[in-house]
Amino acid sequence: MKQKKRNEKGLAVAARRSRLVSELRSGIGGLGFWVNRLPVCGDFSLILICTGAGCRMVGYTDLPTKGGFDFGLCRRNQSLVEKGGLKIPGFLKTGTTIVGLVFKDGVVLGADTRATEGPIVADKNCEKIHFMAPNIYCCGAGTAADTEAVTDMVSSQLQLHRYATGRESRVVTALTLLKSHLFKYQGHVSAALVLGGVDCTGPHLHTVYPHGSTDTLPFATMGSGSLAAMSVFESKYKEGLTREEGIKLVAEAISGGIFNDLGSGSNVDVCVITKGKTEYLRNYLLPNPRTYVSSKGYSFTKGQTEILSTKITQLKPKVEVAEGGDAIAMEE
Amino acid sequence: MARFDPYENNGGTCVAVAGDGYCVVAADTRLSVGYSILSRDQSKISELADKCVLASSGFQGDIKALQKNLAAKELVYEHNHNKKMSCPAMAQLLSNTLYYKRFFPYYTFNVLGGLDSQGKGCVFTYDAVGSYERTGYSAQGTGAKLIMPVLDNQLKSPSPLLLPAQDAVTPLSESDAVDLVKDVFASATERDIYTGDKLEIVVINSSGIHRECIELRKD
Repeated sequence: MKQKKRNEKGLAVAARRSRLVSELRSGIGGLGFWVNRLPVCGDFSLILICTGAGCRMVGYTDLPTKGGFDFGLCRRNQSLVEKGGLKIPGFLKTGTTIVGLVFKDGVVLGADTRATEGPIVADKNCEKIHFMAPNIYCCGAGTAADTEAVTDMVSSQLQLHRYATGRESRVVTALTLLKSHLFKYQGHVSAALVLGGVDCTGPHLHTVYPHGSTDTLPFATMGSGSLAAMSVFESKYKEGLTREEGIKLVAEAISGGIFNDLGSGSNVDVCVITKGKTEYLRNYLLPNPRTYVSSKGYSFTKGQTEILSTKITQLKPKVEVAEGGDAIAMEE
Repeated sequence: MARFDPYENNGGTCVAVAGDGYCVVAADTRLSVGYSILSRDQSKISELADKCVLASSGFQGDIKALQKNLAAKELVYEHNHNKKMSCPAMAQLLSNTLYYKRFFPYYTFNVLGGLDSQGKGCVFTYDAVGSYERTGYSAQGTGAKLIMPVLDNQLKSPSPLLLPAQDAVTPLSESDAVDLVKDVFASATERDIYTGDKLEIVVINSSGIHRECIELRKD
């Protein structure tokens, strides 16, 4: 087994046996760092030690490739939370009201634009209607990173499939790709989606749940505001709506979510998909302007917030040697 | 087994600012539970005496009970002493009432505002069990963390965190203070989901108590 010295940055240059991995994990992992092993290009995996100050790459191992998540560190992380008092970083959820309905000539999708992090609004105008194919769009509720990642991934897969087959993508293809991915991750990928589009077999609307189940529906709502939106649909939906009626109903349903659900808010986005044409109406409605703006304006001059106390610590102390024959000022 | 949880956070934010000869007390009017809105027009402000106004956020059941309790005690004081309670006296009474329930607290975050016996503005800020302090300004509730830093910066009063404690009020005029409170609430509404609907502003000065309402975002 070849071993070379580490360079100053702590990079192991030669491959080590997997025994080293478990040593590293139990040794360094117990000190309260996040230790991540990431599968990288085939046989190798990188070991990253993440502390508050950043990440350090520690070594390579040759392990067989695995798909999906590596749950090997879950027990250690859990014991750190219970005994070590460590806090797991939180997720950004979208709160959300998303809807879709089928009308005479196609489908209309709608979404609000608020992203929340607990009780705080993280983004007042985010985009929840994601592109899948020119004729297929997908609204996403749940963890923002999960909805972005899963829709981007399936969108790429659909494009490759279009190149391979030479045909327009079908909604059921996107549906199958999404549901098999989500099922494989057993609900850990927290993405609840409303998928809609028009293909050669007609208009389609589906809902996809985080565990991988799907429904095919004439109208659908998801997210924390789904009940508020569904009450509007159940009262006013009928088959064979026109385009204007469909857009109006979707906007009403999303508004119901925006005003009655605290997890949803700000503006209404609408997307209309028909045979051969898609219209993405970003910020179709803006029903929430800021109510009061101070006419005086603000000035933030230095010293306005009072300084309670000041302490200056020199980071590089200068040590001066007393004057002698050949005195030199030394710096540490 | 799910145990009975006696408390619930109904959200909302309260602010009070003391000036020379006036005091501004403001609170939003949204009542929420979880992700739902129960009322867009529920007042959190109660006038306890002619120069003393209480704003409370937290659990609405305890807020109502506390405000009723204090109003009753104030009436008893009036009958015994033949005068209305002053603001500093009410401040002490509120602290004692809260600490009385130290081991089953009122889930309320209070801000008491008014004029003291010299006619100068005073603001008292409390925690849930009665620890209180007289300050120049304060914010309590779900939006307090968003509002306090702006007040620290814009009110130009001596910081309440300075030692030795300086008892001073903001040099701003009444209209400037009210303008700042409105703007600060509009900003808190943008980022806090539990704050919004309507803002109730109560101004106490030598001529009495004056109320004002402005609309906030309803989403």
